[in-house]
Amino acid sequence: MIVDMKEISVKKIEDAIASMCRDIAVTASPDIVSAFEKAANAETNEKSKAVLDILIDNARIAKEENIPICQDTGMAIVWIKAGQEVHFTDGLVNEAVNRGVERGYTENYLRASVVDDPLYERKNTKTNTPAVIYTELTEGDRVEIEIMAKGFGSENKSALKMLTPADGEEGVIEFVKDTLLKAGPNACPPFVIGVGIGGTFDSCAVLSKKALLRKLDEHNPDARYAALEEKLLTMANELKIGPMGFHGRTTALAIKVENEPTHIAGMPVAVNVCCHVCRHAKAVIE
Amino acid sequence: MRRLNLPLSEEERMSLKAGDAVLLCGEIYTARDAAHKKMHEALARGEELPFNIENAVIYYVGPTPAHGGLAIGSAGPTTSGRMDPYTPELIELGLRGMIGKGRRNEAVKEAVKKYKAVYFVAVGGAGALLSHSIIKREPVAYEELLAEAVTKLTVKDFPCFVGIDCEGNDIYDLDERVPGRD
Ligand code: SF4
Repeated sequence: MIVDMKEISVKKIEDAIASMCRDIAVTASPDIVSAFEKAANAETNEKSKAVLDILIDNARIAKEENIPICQDTGMAIVWIKAGQEVHFTDGLVNEAVNRGVERGYTENYLRASVVDDPLYERKNTKTNTPAVIYTELTEGDRVEIEIMAKGFGSENKSALKMLTPADGEEGVIEFVKDTLLKAGPNACPPFVIGVGIGGTFDSCAVLSKKALLRKLDEHNPDARYAALEEKLLTMANELKIGPMGFHGRTTALAIKVENEPTHIAGMPVAVNVCCHVCRHAKAVIE
Repeated sequence: MRRLNLPLSEEERMSLKAGDAVLLCGEIYTARDAAHKKMHEALARGEELPFNIENAVIYYVGPTPAHGGLAIGSAGPTTSGRMDPYTPELIELGLRGMIGKGRRNEAVKEAVKKYKAVYFVAVGGAGALLSHSIIKREPVAYEELLAEAVTKLTVKDFPCFVGIDCEGNDIYDLDERVPGRD
Protein backbone atom coordinates (compact mmCIF):
# COMPACT_ATOMS: atom_id res chain seq x y z
CA MET A 1 0.00 0.00 0.00
CA ILE A 2 1.33 3.40 -0.86
CA VAL A 3 0.32 6.15 1.53
CA ASP A 4 0.72 9.80 0.62
CA MET A 5 3.11 11.30 3.10
CA LYS A 6 3.13 14.96 3.90
CA GLU A 7 6.64 16.38 3.83
CA ILE A 8 7.53 18.80 6.60
CA SER A 9 11.00 20.30 6.93
CA VAL A 10 12.42 20.19 10.43
CA LYS A 11 13.69 23.72 9.74
CA LYS A 12 10.12 24.89 10.32
CA ILE A 13 10.21 23.30 13.75
CA GLU A 14 13.52 25.01 14.51
CA ASP A 15 12.19 28.43 13.47
CA ALA A 16 8.94 28.04 15.39
CA ILE A 17 10.80 27.05 18.54
CA ALA A 18 13.32 29.89 18.28
CA SER A 19 10.58 32.49 18.06
CA MET A 20 8.44 30.93 20.81
CA CYS A 21 11.45 30.93 23.18
CA ARG A 22 11.75 34.69 22.71
CA ASP A 23 8.02 35.40 22.94
CA ILE A 24 7.32 33.53 26.15
CA ALA A 25 10.39 34.99 27.88
CA VAL A 26 9.24 38.59 27.48
CA THR A 27 5.47 38.45 27.08
CA ALA A 28 3.35 37.30 30.00
CA SER A 29 0.19 35.68 28.71
CA PRO A 30 -2.94 37.83 29.05
CA ASP A 31 -4.68 35.30 31.32
CA ILE A 32 -1.84 35.53 33.85
CA VAL A 33 -1.85 39.34 33.80
CA SER A 34 -5.60 39.51 34.30
CA ALA A 35 -5.29 37.00 37.15
CA PHE A 36 -2.76 39.39 38.77
CA GLU A 37 -5.20 42.26 38.37
CA LYS A 38 -8.06 40.27 39.86
CA ALA A 39 -5.86 39.20 42.77
CA ALA A 40 -4.63 42.77 43.34
CA ASN A 41 -8.21 44.05 43.51
CA ALA A 42 -9.18 41.40 46.04
CA GLU A 43 -6.05 41.83 48.18
CA THR A 44 -6.37 43.38 51.63
CA ASN A 45 -2.83 42.76 52.86
CA GLU A 46 -0.73 45.82 52.05
CA LYS A 47 2.58 44.08 51.30
CA SER A 48 0.87 41.43 49.14
CA LYS A 49 -0.94 44.13 47.19
CA ALA A 50 2.42 45.88 46.63
CA VAL A 51 3.85 42.62 45.28
CA LEU A 52 0.97 42.14 42.84
CA ASP A 53 1.28 45.74 41.64
CA ILE A 54 4.98 45.13 41.04
CA LEU A 55 4.17 41.98 39.03
CA ILE A 56 1.67 43.88 36.88
CA ASP A 57 4.24 46.65 36.24
CA ASN A 58 6.91 44.06 35.59
CA ALA A 59 4.84 42.36 32.89
CA ARG A 60 4.29 45.69 31.15
CA ILE A 61 7.97 46.69 31.33
CA ALA A 62 9.10 43.27 30.09
CA LYS A 63 6.89 43.46 27.02
CA GLU A 64 7.52 47.13 26.21
CA GLU A 65 11.28 46.98 26.68
CA ASN A 66 11.92 43.43 25.52
CA ILE A 67 13.48 42.41 28.85
CA PRO A 68 12.69 38.90 30.16
CA ILE A 69 9.89 38.80 32.75
CA CYS A 70 12.21 36.82 35.00
CA GLN A 71 15.99 36.34 34.86
CA ASP A 72 15.49 32.58 35.13
CA THR A 73 14.38 32.11 31.55
CA GLY A 74 14.03 28.44 32.33
CA MET A 75 14.86 25.06 30.91
CA ALA A 76 13.03 24.37 27.65
CA ILE A 77 10.57 21.47 27.60
CA VAL A 78 9.22 20.66 24.17
CA TRP A 79 6.37 18.44 23.05
CA ILE A 80 6.32 17.38 19.41
CA LYS A 81 2.98 15.89 18.46
CA ALA A 82 3.42 14.56 14.96
CA GLY A 83 0.70 13.24 12.70
CA GLN A 84 1.47 9.73 11.49
CA GLU A 85 1.27 10.85 7.88
CA VAL A 86 4.12 13.29 8.26
CA HIS A 87 7.52 12.63 6.76
CA PHE A 88 10.19 14.86 8.24
CA THR A 89 12.86 16.18 5.89
CA ASP A 90 16.13 18.12 6.25
CA GLY A 91 17.47 16.29 9.29
CA LEU A 92 16.56 15.00 12.71
CA VAL A 93 13.67 16.40 14.72
CA ASN A 94 15.52 16.40 18.03
CA GLU A 95 18.48 18.24 16.56
CA ALA A 96 16.15 20.83 15.05
CA VAL A 97 14.47 21.34 18.43
CA ASN A 98 17.81 21.93 20.13
CA ARG A 99 18.98 24.27 17.36
CA GLY A 100 15.75 26.22 17.80
CA VAL A 101 16.27 26.49 21.56
CA GLU A 102 19.90 27.51 21.12
CA ARG A 103 18.97 30.22 18.63
CA GLY A 104 16.02 31.39 20.69
CA TYR A 105 18.17 31.80 23.79
CA THR A 106 21.44 33.08 22.34
CA GLU A 107 19.96 35.48 19.78
CA ASN A 108 17.53 37.05 22.23
CA TYR A 109 19.70 37.63 25.30
CA LEU A 110 18.01 34.93 27.36
CA ARG A 111 19.90 33.23 30.16
CA ALA A 112 21.77 30.00 29.56
CA SER A 113 20.76 27.96 32.62
CA VAL A 114 21.62 24.37 31.67
CA VAL A 115 24.65 22.44 32.97
CA ASP A 116 26.01 19.40 31.16
CA ASP A 117 26.62 17.11 34.12
CA PRO A 118 24.17 17.23 37.04
CA LEU A 119 26.44 15.98 39.82
CA TYR A 120 30.14 16.50 39.16
CA GLU A 121 31.23 19.07 36.59
CA ARG A 122 28.07 21.19 36.40
CA LYS A 123 29.48 23.13 33.47
CA ASN A 124 27.14 25.55 31.73
CA THR A 125 26.46 24.44 28.13
CA LYS A 126 26.09 28.15 27.17
CA THR A 127 23.22 27.40 24.77
CA ASN A 128 20.49 26.44 27.23
CA THR A 129 20.42 23.04 25.51
CA PRO A 130 19.67 20.21 25.60
CA ALA A 131 15.95 20.72 25.88
CA VAL A 132 13.72 18.05 27.41
CA ILE A 133 11.88 16.61 24.42
CA TYR A 134 8.72 14.50 24.36
CA THR A 135 7.37 13.11 21.13
CA GLU A 136 3.88 11.78 20.53
CA LEU A 137 2.26 10.31 17.46
CA THR A 138 -1.19 11.53 16.51
CA GLU A 139 -3.44 11.12 13.53
CA GLY A 140 -3.25 13.32 10.48
CA ASP A 141 -0.56 15.22 8.67
CA ARG A 142 0.30 18.16 10.84
CA VAL A 143 2.75 18.79 13.62
CA GLU A 144 1.84 20.47 16.86
CA ILE A 145 4.64 21.94 18.95
CA GLU A 146 4.21 23.01 22.55
CA ILE A 147 6.98 24.59 24.55
CA MET A 148 7.38 25.56 28.17
CA ALA A 149 10.28 27.48 29.73
CA LYS A 150 10.37 26.20 33.29
CA GLY A 151 12.10 28.06 36.09
CA PHE A 152 13.75 26.00 38.77
CA GLY A 153 12.89 27.98 41.89
CA SER A 154 9.50 26.34 41.54
CA GLU A 155 10.58 23.12 39.79
CA ASN A 156 12.72 22.37 42.86
CA LYS A 157 9.60 22.32 45.03
CA SER A 158 7.70 19.79 42.95
CA ALA A 159 7.01 16.32 44.36
CA LEU A 160 5.67 12.90 43.50
CA LYS A 161 4.12 10.35 45.81
CA MET A 162 2.88 6.83 45.22
CA LEU A 163 -0.47 6.97 47.04
CA THR A 164 -2.62 3.89 47.44
CA PRO A 165 -6.20 3.53 46.18
CA ALA A 166 -7.46 3.78 49.78
CA ASP A 167 -5.97 7.27 50.15
CA GLY A 168 -8.73 8.57 47.88
CA GLU A 169 -9.51 12.21 47.15
CA GLU A 170 -8.57 13.21 50.67
CA GLY A 171 -5.11 11.74 50.22
CA VAL A 172 -4.63 13.70 47.02
CA ILE A 173 -5.68 16.98 48.67
CA GLU A 174 -3.38 16.31 51.65
CA PHE A 175 -0.40 15.64 49.41
CA VAL A 176 -0.97 18.77 47.33
CA LYS A 177 -1.32 20.79 50.54
CA ASP A 178 1.86 19.34 51.96
CA THR A 179 3.75 20.17 48.75
CA LEU A 180 2.47 23.76 48.73
CA LEU A 181 3.46 24.28 52.36
CA LYS A 182 6.95 23.04 51.57
CA ALA A 183 7.12 25.34 48.55
CA GLY A 184 6.08 28.30 50.71
CA PRO A 185 7.60 31.65 49.78
CA ASN A 186 10.63 30.14 48.03
CA ALA A 187 8.93 29.10 44.80
CA CYS A 188 7.60 32.58 43.89
CA PRO A 189 3.90 32.43 44.67
CA PRO A 190 1.23 33.05 43.45
CA PHE A 191 1.61 29.64 41.86
CA VAL A 192 0.14 27.76 38.96
CA ILE A 193 0.01 24.10 40.00
CA GLY A 194 -0.11 21.06 37.74
CA VAL A 195 -1.33 17.83 39.32
CA GLY A 196 -1.03 14.46 37.62
CA ILE A 197 -3.05 11.54 38.98
CA GLY A 198 -2.64 7.98 37.71
CA GLY A 199 -0.33 6.29 35.22
CA THR A 200 3.03 5.10 36.48
CA PHE A 201 5.80 6.74 38.51
CA ASP A 202 7.29 8.30 35.36
CA SER A 203 4.18 9.09 33.30
CA CYS A 204 2.48 10.72 36.28
CA ALA A 205 5.25 13.32 36.52
CA VAL A 206 4.94 14.13 32.83
CA LEU A 207 1.17 14.40 33.24
CA SER A 208 1.56 16.99 36.00
CA LYS A 209 3.76 19.07 33.71
CA LYS A 210 1.27 18.77 30.85
CA ALA A 211 -1.43 20.11 33.14
CA LEU A 212 0.52 23.39 33.25
CA LEU A 213 0.04 23.82 29.50
CA ARG A 214 -3.66 24.51 29.91
CA LYS A 215 -5.10 28.01 29.97
CA LEU A 216 -5.84 29.29 33.47
CA ASP A 217 -9.60 29.04 32.97
CA GLU A 218 -9.53 25.70 31.19
CA HIS A 219 -10.85 22.96 33.46
CA ASN A 220 -10.56 19.18 33.37
CA PRO A 221 -13.30 17.91 31.03
CA ASP A 222 -14.48 15.38 33.67
CA ALA A 223 -16.81 17.21 36.08
CA ARG A 224 -15.46 15.29 39.11
CA TYR A 225 -11.89 16.28 38.37
CA ALA A 226 -12.97 19.85 37.56
CA ALA A 227 -14.59 19.96 41.00
CA LEU A 228 -11.38 18.62 42.52
CA GLU A 229 -9.49 21.50 40.85
CA GLU A 230 -11.84 23.92 42.61
CA LYS A 231 -11.42 22.20 45.97
CA LEU A 232 -7.64 22.28 45.60
CA LEU A 233 -7.66 25.97 44.70
CA THR A 234 -9.80 26.84 47.72
CA MET A 235 -7.49 24.79 49.96
CA ALA A 236 -4.41 26.51 48.49
CA ASN A 237 -5.74 30.00 49.06
CA GLU A 238 -6.77 29.14 52.60
CA LEU A 239 -3.11 28.40 53.34
CA LYS A 240 -2.50 32.15 53.16
CA ILE A 241 0.99 31.81 51.79
CA GLY A 242 0.05 34.64 49.44
CA PRO A 243 2.05 36.59 46.87
CA MET A 244 5.78 36.19 47.67
CA GLY A 245 4.83 34.49 50.92
CA PHE A 246 3.62 37.69 52.60
CA HIS A 247 0.38 36.00 53.73
CA GLY A 248 -2.03 37.53 51.24
CA ARG A 249 -5.16 35.96 49.82
CA THR A 250 -3.84 34.54 46.55
CA THR A 251 -1.50 31.59 46.95
CA ALA A 252 -2.39 29.97 43.62
CA LEU A 253 -3.78 31.48 40.44
CA ALA A 254 -4.96 28.07 39.24
CA ILE A 255 -4.62 24.36 39.94
CA LYS A 256 -4.91 22.00 36.97
CA VAL A 257 -5.53 18.29 37.35
CA GLU A 258 -4.84 15.70 34.64
CA ASN A 259 -5.79 12.08 35.11
CA GLU A 260 -4.94 8.84 33.33
CA PRO A 261 -5.56 5.11 33.86
CA THR A 262 -3.38 3.35 36.42
CA HIS A 263 -2.74 -0.07 38.00
CA ILE A 264 -5.26 -1.75 40.36
CA ALA A 265 -2.74 -1.46 43.21
CA GLY A 266 -1.76 2.16 42.91
CA MET A 267 -2.51 5.86 42.63
CA PRO A 268 0.57 7.91 41.74
CA VAL A 269 0.17 11.65 42.32
CA ALA A 270 2.61 14.26 41.02
CA VAL A 271 2.54 17.94 41.89
CA ASN A 272 4.45 20.19 39.52
CA VAL A 273 4.84 23.56 41.18
CA CYS A 274 5.10 26.50 38.81
CA CYS A 275 5.61 30.10 39.82
CA HIS A 276 3.54 32.96 38.46
CA VAL A 277 5.96 33.06 35.49
CA CYS A 278 4.14 30.17 33.82
CA ARG A 279 5.48 30.42 30.27
CA HIS A 280 4.28 28.23 27.43
CA ALA A 281 3.20 28.51 23.81
CA LYS A 282 1.95 26.39 20.96
CA ALA A 283 2.55 26.33 17.21
CA VAL A 284 1.07 24.19 14.46
CA ILE A 285 2.94 23.33 11.29
CA GLU A 286 0.88 22.15 8.34
CA MET B 1 9.24 54.34 51.54
CA ARG B 2 12.56 54.59 53.34
CA ARG B 3 15.68 55.15 51.21
CA LEU B 4 18.86 53.48 52.47
CA ASN B 5 22.34 54.49 51.32
CA LEU B 6 24.84 51.64 51.38
CA PRO B 7 26.97 50.74 53.23
CA LEU B 8 24.73 50.87 56.29
CA SER B 9 26.05 51.63 59.76
CA GLU B 10 25.23 49.22 62.57
CA GLU B 11 22.86 51.82 63.97
CA GLU B 12 21.01 52.07 60.67
CA ARG B 13 20.77 48.30 60.38
CA MET B 14 19.38 48.05 63.87
CA SER B 15 16.68 50.56 63.05
CA LEU B 16 15.25 48.26 60.35
CA LYS B 17 12.28 46.04 61.12
CA ALA B 18 11.20 42.91 59.27
CA GLY B 19 8.44 43.87 56.83
CA ASP B 20 9.70 47.44 56.19
CA ALA B 21 9.59 48.42 52.53
CA VAL B 22 12.90 50.07 51.57
CA LEU B 23 14.81 51.41 48.56
CA LEU B 24 18.50 50.55 48.39
CA CYS B 25 21.11 52.89 46.87
CA GLY B 26 24.82 52.16 46.46
CA GLU B 27 27.09 49.26 45.63
CA ILE B 28 26.27 45.56 45.99
CA TYR B 29 27.88 42.34 44.74
CA THR B 30 26.20 39.53 42.82
CA ALA B 31 26.89 35.92 43.77
CA ARG B 32 24.77 32.78 43.67
CA ASP B 33 25.28 29.00 43.92
CA ALA B 34 28.50 28.39 41.97
CA ALA B 35 30.20 31.60 43.17
CA HIS B 36 29.40 30.78 46.81
CA LYS B 37 30.90 27.33 46.36
CA LYS B 38 34.05 28.86 44.85
CA MET B 39 34.35 31.45 47.62
CA HIS B 40 33.96 28.74 50.22
CA GLU B 41 36.68 26.66 48.56
CA ALA B 42 38.97 29.71 48.33
CA LEU B 43 38.56 30.33 52.08
CA ALA B 44 39.25 26.66 52.82
CA ARG B 45 42.51 26.98 50.90
CA GLY B 46 43.38 30.03 52.96
CA GLU B 47 42.92 32.41 50.03
CA GLU B 48 41.30 35.82 49.95
CA LEU B 49 37.74 36.43 48.77
CA PRO B 50 37.48 38.14 45.37
CA PHE B 51 36.08 41.35 46.93
CA ASN B 52 36.15 43.16 50.24
CA ILE B 53 33.46 41.48 52.32
CA GLU B 54 33.66 44.07 55.11
CA ASN B 55 30.21 45.62 55.42
CA ALA B 56 29.30 44.30 51.96
CA VAL B 57 25.87 43.36 50.59
CA ILE B 58 25.43 40.32 48.32
CA TYR B 59 22.54 40.03 45.88
CA TYR B 60 21.63 36.44 44.96
CA VAL B 61 21.02 36.92 41.26
CA GLY B 62 21.98 35.41 37.92
CA PRO B 63 20.81 38.02 35.41
CA THR B 64 20.06 37.61 31.73
CA PRO B 65 22.60 39.20 29.34
CA ALA B 66 22.10 42.93 28.73
CA HIS B 67 21.04 44.21 25.32
CA GLY B 68 20.91 47.59 23.63
CA GLY B 69 23.33 49.41 25.91
CA LEU B 70 21.46 48.58 29.11
CA ALA B 71 23.53 47.97 32.27
CA ILE B 72 21.98 44.56 32.88
CA GLY B 73 19.21 42.29 31.63
CA SER B 74 16.40 40.84 33.74
CA ALA B 75 17.71 40.71 37.31
CA GLY B 76 15.37 39.41 40.00
CA PRO B 77 16.36 37.43 43.10
CA THR B 78 16.98 33.71 43.20
CA THR B 79 16.06 31.42 46.13
CA SER B 80 18.33 32.37 49.05
CA GLY B 81 18.04 29.07 50.93
CA ARG B 82 20.49 27.40 48.58
CA MET B 83 23.16 29.80 49.83
CA ASP B 84 22.45 29.02 53.51
CA PRO B 85 25.31 26.51 53.90
CA TYR B 86 27.85 29.18 52.91
CA THR B 87 26.31 32.27 54.52
CA PRO B 88 27.22 32.19 58.25
CA GLU B 89 30.90 31.98 57.36
CA LEU B 90 30.61 35.08 55.15
CA ILE B 91 28.71 37.00 57.83
CA GLU B 92 31.45 36.16 60.33
CA LEU B 93 33.94 37.66 57.90
CA GLY B 94 32.03 40.92 57.55
CA LEU B 95 29.06 40.43 55.19
CA ARG B 96 26.26 42.62 56.53
CA GLY B 97 23.51 42.41 53.95
CA MET B 98 21.95 39.88 51.61
CA ILE B 99 19.20 40.27 49.03
CA GLY B 100 17.24 37.28 47.78
CA LYS B 101 13.88 35.58 48.08
CA GLY B 102 12.49 32.96 50.41
CA ARG B 103 13.30 31.57 53.81
CA ARG B 104 16.70 31.26 55.51
CA ASN B 105 17.68 28.54 57.95
CA GLU B 106 18.28 28.92 61.69
CA ALA B 107 22.07 29.13 61.32
CA VAL B 108 21.73 32.15 59.02
CA LYS B 109 19.19 33.76 61.35
CA GLU B 110 21.53 33.29 64.30
CA ALA B 111 24.43 34.85 62.38
CA VAL B 112 22.22 37.77 61.31
CA LYS B 113 21.31 38.38 64.97
CA LYS B 114 24.80 37.94 66.33
CA TYR B 115 26.53 40.23 63.84
CA LYS B 116 23.63 42.67 63.35
CA ALA B 117 23.31 41.95 59.66
CA VAL B 118 20.12 42.17 57.61
CA TYR B 119 18.44 39.99 55.00
CA PHE B 120 16.37 41.78 52.36
CA VAL B 121 13.80 40.11 50.12
CA ALA B 122 12.98 41.35 46.64
CA VAL B 123 10.04 40.27 44.50
CA GLY B 124 10.84 37.03 42.66
CA GLY B 125 9.86 37.00 39.01
CA ALA B 126 10.05 40.80 38.68
CA GLY B 127 13.44 40.88 36.97
CA ALA B 128 12.46 43.35 34.25
CA LEU B 129 11.21 45.93 36.76
CA LEU B 130 14.15 45.41 39.12
CA SER B 131 16.63 45.92 36.25
CA HIS B 132 15.49 49.56 36.12
CA SER B 133 17.09 50.12 39.53
CA ILE B 134 20.50 48.78 38.46
CA ILE B 135 22.52 51.49 36.80
CA LYS B 136 25.97 49.92 36.47
CA ARG B 137 27.52 46.47 36.39
CA GLU B 138 31.26 45.73 36.58
CA PRO B 139 33.00 42.34 36.45
CA VAL B 140 34.74 41.21 39.65
CA ALA B 141 35.54 37.49 39.47
CA TYR B 142 34.74 34.02 38.08
CA GLU B 143 33.69 35.28 34.65
CA GLU B 144 33.65 31.70 33.38
CA LEU B 145 30.50 31.20 35.45
CA LEU B 146 28.60 33.43 33.00
CA ALA B 147 25.33 34.54 34.67
CA GLU B 148 26.72 33.22 37.97
CA ALA B 149 29.89 35.37 37.89
CA VAL B 150 30.62 37.76 40.75
CA THR B 151 29.98 41.34 39.62
CA LYS B 152 29.60 44.71 41.29
CA LEU B 153 26.31 46.52 40.78
CA THR B 154 25.45 50.12 41.45
CA VAL B 155 21.80 50.33 42.43
CA LYS B 156 19.49 53.29 42.76
CA ASP B 157 16.19 53.00 44.60
CA PHE B 158 16.22 49.21 44.41
CA PRO B 159 12.86 48.16 45.93
CA CYS B 160 12.82 45.41 48.54
CA PHE B 161 11.56 44.48 51.98
CA VAL B 162 13.43 43.79 55.20
CA GLY B 163 13.22 39.99 55.40
CA ILE B 164 15.12 39.25 58.62
CA ASP B 165 16.07 42.08 60.95
CA CYS B 166 18.86 42.30 63.53
CA GLU B 167 16.59 40.82 66.19
CA GLY B 168 15.86 37.78 64.04
CA ASN B 169 12.26 38.71 63.19
CA ASP B 170 11.26 37.10 59.91
CA ILE B 171 8.92 38.71 57.36
CA TYR B 172 7.48 35.29 56.54
CA ASP B 173 6.42 34.69 60.13
CA LEU B 174 5.20 38.16 61.00
CA ASP B 175 1.47 37.87 60.48
CA GLU B 176 1.43 34.30 61.76
CA ARG B 177 1.50 35.67 65.29
CA VAL B 178 -1.39 38.05 64.71
CA PRO B 179 -4.51 36.33 65.98
CA GLY B 180 -7.60 36.54 63.83
CA ARG B 181 -5.63 37.01 60.63
CA ASP B 182 -8.14 36.65 57.78
S1 SF4 C 1 10.58 30.51 40.55
FE1 SF4 C 1 9.76 31.44 38.66
S2 SF4 C 1 9.46 33.60 39.12
FE2 SF4 C 1 10.77 32.74 40.70
S3 SF4 C 1 12.83 33.17 39.99
FE3 SF4 C 1 12.32 31.11 39.27
S4 SF4 C 1 11.41 31.37 37.22
FE4 SF4 C 1 11.48 33.38 38.20
